[in-house]
Order: sequence, then C-alpha cells, then structure tokens
Amino acid sequence: MEKKKVITVENLVKKFGNFTANDNLNFHVDQGEIFGFLGANGAGKTTAMRILCGLSAPTSGKVDVAGFDVSHQSEEVKKRIGYMSQKFSLFEDLSVWENMRFFATVYGLSAKVFKERGEQLLHKLNLFEERKRLVSTLSLGWKQKLAFSVAILHQPSIVFLDEPTGGVDPITRRQFWEMIYEAADNGITVFVTTHYMDEAEYCDRVTIMVDGRIDALGTPSELKKQFNAASMNDVFLALAR
Amino acid sequence: MLPLIFVLPLVQLIVLVNAATMDMKNISVTVADKDLSSTSRLLISKLEASPFFKLEDLALSKEEAIERIQDNKTDVVIFIPHNMESDFNREGNAKLQIITDAIDASKAQLSFGYLSNIVRGLNLEISIEQQLLTDVKQIKSEALYWFNPNLNYKYYMLPAIMAILLTIIGMFLTALNLVREKEIGTAEQINVTPIKKSHFIIGKLVPFLIIGLFELTLALTLSKIIYDLPINGNLLVLYAFAFVYLLAVLGIGLFISTQSQTQQQVMMISFFFLLVFVLLSGAFTSVDNMPVLAQELNRLNPLYYFMNVIRMVLIKGAGFRDIMVEFGSTLLIACITVPLAVFSYRKTS
Repeated sequence: MEKKKVITVENLVKKFGNFTANDNLNFHVDQGEIFGFLGANGAGKTTAMRILCGLSAPTSGKVDVAGFDVSHQSEEVKKRIGYMSQKFSLFEDLSVWENMRFFATVYGLSAKVFKERGEQLLHKLNLFEERKRLVSTLSLGWKQKLAFSVAILHQPSIVFLDEPTGGVDPITRRQFWEMIYEAADNGITVFVTTHYMDEAEYCDRVTIMVDGRIDALGTPSELKKQFNAASMNDVFLALAR
Repeated sequence: MLPLIFVLPLVQLIVLVNAATMDMKNISVTVADKDLSSTSRLLISKLEASPFFKLEDLALSKEEAIERIQDNKTDVVIFIPHNMESDFNREGNAKLQIITDAIDASKAQLSFGYLSNIVRGLNLEISIEQQLLTDVKQIKSEALYWFNPNLNYKYYMLPAIMAILLTIIGMFLTALNLVREKEIGTAEQINVTPIKKSHFIIGKLVPFLIIGLFELTLALTLSKIIYDLPINGNLLVLYAFAFVYLLAVLGIGLFISTQSQTQQQVMMISFFFLLVFVLLSGAFTSVDNMPVLAQELNRLNPLYYFMNVIRMVLIKGAGFRDIMVEFGSTLLIACITVPLAVFSYRKTS
C-alpha cells in the first residue's frame, strides 16, 4: 500500500542575494515517519526547515506540507504543524502552565481540551508539581522536553525539530528520543535535524545535505551500504569531507 | 521590570519639573561701583531686595567685573561710572552700563528687562525725593495673568513632562518589547503558529495602553498632591484624548520594531523620533516662535497635539469642543500608524 506523503518538496531553491542556501532540493516525507535531516553547519538545513514551516518564502520550487502549498497557504500549513527551534523559545517570564495555555489558545484549543491534555502531559513529564514555576528556573533538559511537549500539544500532523537535543546530557537525550518515538507512534510525522550521528541511526530515513544540496537519502542501513561504511558517522564523514 | 516602568517616570516627573524651569531667579549680578555715592548705594540695596537677583560681588573695576563674566562666574555686570551722582545732580541725567552674558539670549533679555524696571523705580524714588514731580501724567498698564495668576512655571511644565512620559511608554517600551522577542526567539515561535497578525498586534497594544493610562493617573495624582497642579477641565476628556494618543504612538513604536532586528536599532530610531517630537511639540519653547516649516511639521506630530490638549484641559479647563481639532488629527494619525504596524509585521521573511 502506498504511504501517504505529508511533505513533498520539488525543485526547492532558496537564494539570499548571490548565495544559494538551498540548491534544487527534491524529497518527500511519509506520514508517521521519523525523518532525519543531517548536514554540516551552514549546509542549509535550518533554511530548508524554515521554508517547510512557512517562516521563510522559497525563491522557487514547489513545497507541499500537510496538504497545503507553503508559498500561498502558509497559514493553513501552520495550523497543522508544530515547531521547536534551535533557540529555546518559550516565554521565560511565564510559568510552565502559562506557556502551555498561551500556545494552546493560539492554536485554538478549547479550555476544556487544554486542561485535560495539559494535565495529562504534565503528569507524563513529571512536571505537574512544577507547573507554577517560571520556565526560566527550569534546567535545559526540562526546558527542551517542555518545548517539545508544547510543540505537539495541539496534535499537529507534523512536528519540526531543529537540533532539539543540542547541549543536553545523554540520559535526557535518550528520554527525548523516547518522546519522539511515542509521538511517531501516535501518527505524528517527525522531521528532525541533528548533529548527533547516533541519533541519525534512530531515524526511519535520513538525508544528508552538503553545500545546499541533498547528497544522500535513504534508510540508515541503505546509506551505510551505499557508502560502504560501518556507522552513520562514517557516512557523514565520507560526504562532508 | 514593572516597578521600573512605574517608578522611574514618576521620579523624573517629580525631579525634572524643578529643573525644567524658566523662572528667572537668582540671576547673578556683579556691580562695579566707581561712584560710591548714596545713589549707587540705593541702587545696590534695591538689587539686593529683588527676588530675581543675587548680588554676587562688588568689583573694584570694570575690567575685573568683565573677567567674571568671561569665567562664567556672573551673568550680569552693572558698571556705575565715577561721577554718576554728581552728573545727575548737575545735568539732570547720568548713565550707567549694564552688560549681560547673552549666550542664553532669553535670560539676557529678561535680566535686562528686570534691571530696567529697577532703574526706573530708582528714578521715580529720586524724583520724589528731590520733589521734581511737576508733571506726572502718564499712561499706566495693568497686567492680568489669566489661568496662572501666580506665574507658577510648574503648572506649565508638569503637563508637558506627563505628555513626554506617556510618549516614552507608548513608543519606547512597545518597540523594545517586540524586538526583544525577535532577539530571544519567541517571535519566531509565534510566527510559526496560525495566529492572525492583527491579533498579535492587538496583544502587543493593549497591555501598554493600560500601563500608559495607569501611569497618567499616577502622574496626575502625584502632581496634585505634591505640586497642587490645578485640574480645571474634565478628566474624561483628557483620558479620551490620552487613549487615542497612546494608540497613535504605540502604532509608531510597533512599526519601528517591525522594521528593526535589534534593540540598538530600536533605541536609535525611537530616540530620533522622540527628540523631534519633543523639541517641536512646544514642551519647552513656544511653537508660535518657531519657523513656519517647524509649525507645518507639527501637524504630523502627535505630541504637539497632546501638549496642547493636556495644558488646555488641566490649566484652562477646556472641554471636548475646544480640543476637537487636536482630537481629530491625533485620531487620524492613529488610524494610519496602527494599521501600518499590522501590515508591516511579517510572519514570513
């Protein structure tokens, strides 16, 4: 059975002046997939992700996300996606609960649905007792987990994660990936960029960007076979060199 | 942050109103009296009695006195020549010289005016003494100081400072607030949500609108308690105008922040507008004395309208009908700046 495609990118080009950040990208992402987006710093990952989220307009090409064209229907796209940026971007001067309520309201969740889901989520994160704490007082690991939970609170069909595990300890990273798997099991497509090659192994499929182009695309085992490498780390080194 | 928003402006209000005074008091005078006569003594005693002058020193020579002006140690030098009294008694007239430091032109003119009055008083006194009053027919003028009979300069400056404070809140704080969100990244998180642009801008407007009106209330209360500021007009008129005014400057502030990426940019641009608005508005100097171009520019200056309205309502007791033009103009400015802020806000770069 043909899987449903939730992201389709055809001939995507993004230029900033003379600089080409994304050079003719073509790929698709299936529903429920964990899609890893790899590449060196400055390879154009964040640019591409920002286009997929409707934060930045493509110079040319066709990009469909969750059934809508990001160039013309970006607001429709935004209703159906979640986004967690590189920078931690919850409001530090609001409490955990206030942050959740703010974003739930922006996404149009009713008070009743929010209370139910929010409390359930806090219990799962073991943060229920801390819900009145200011977000600025949480540790980085907790902040990241909270940011992810807020990003999927409205049950989007796709969640975009831009280097979500940067700077957190290995245990928290593992917990974070458990959360990602759980989201994927619930049918949420996960689009994730990372620099950790062990994380790349956790993905269903992986692309590797080099200088604005996609140089490799496939499951981790396919890529390892293709580049005759023992690990994703070797695949990455072979490409990025 | 919130205590800062409320406390700092009020400190400014209380302190600045004393600094921003144009009352002429304590003008420093140096007298070089070469005459040392009873007439020169009389003049000096009159100077000492005047509240406007502070007799700094009696200089030995004119040169020494002028040196004092050059060293900024005195504002005015009065030179009384050697034989003033004997000349006067012999020839019926005599001369003395007044030299003022005219770097501050209005101060120089005012001190000259005050001094001329004192000399006139002196003449009259001498005439009476010497029974020269053969013909005293003269036209006398009587001055009535309306609205501010005691010429209390604070009544003029307090409303002006309130208007400036409200502008700072409206323009600076909103502009800084939005651009700060850009810097810390929450703006991007919001841009990726389906929130409507107008909702977002309204969310940014309303809190500062409330803070602004609250600040105005606080400033009025303090001015009333500390300086007994008269509130002759209807406060409802003032608040209605302040509401529209805040919308206008909030729109400007938000527009600035949509065009800026960093807080430094916002500071530079907001300072530019704030200085232009304040100096043109007539807060410190009369708009009627400005060149025609400046007066024309003031039509675009919301602070000019607010400056007029707050003084008219508080001091003159103006009603809504008296401020229709200002109200309409400010409303028009608000109707341009707020939609401008909404349209210029970009969720997609």
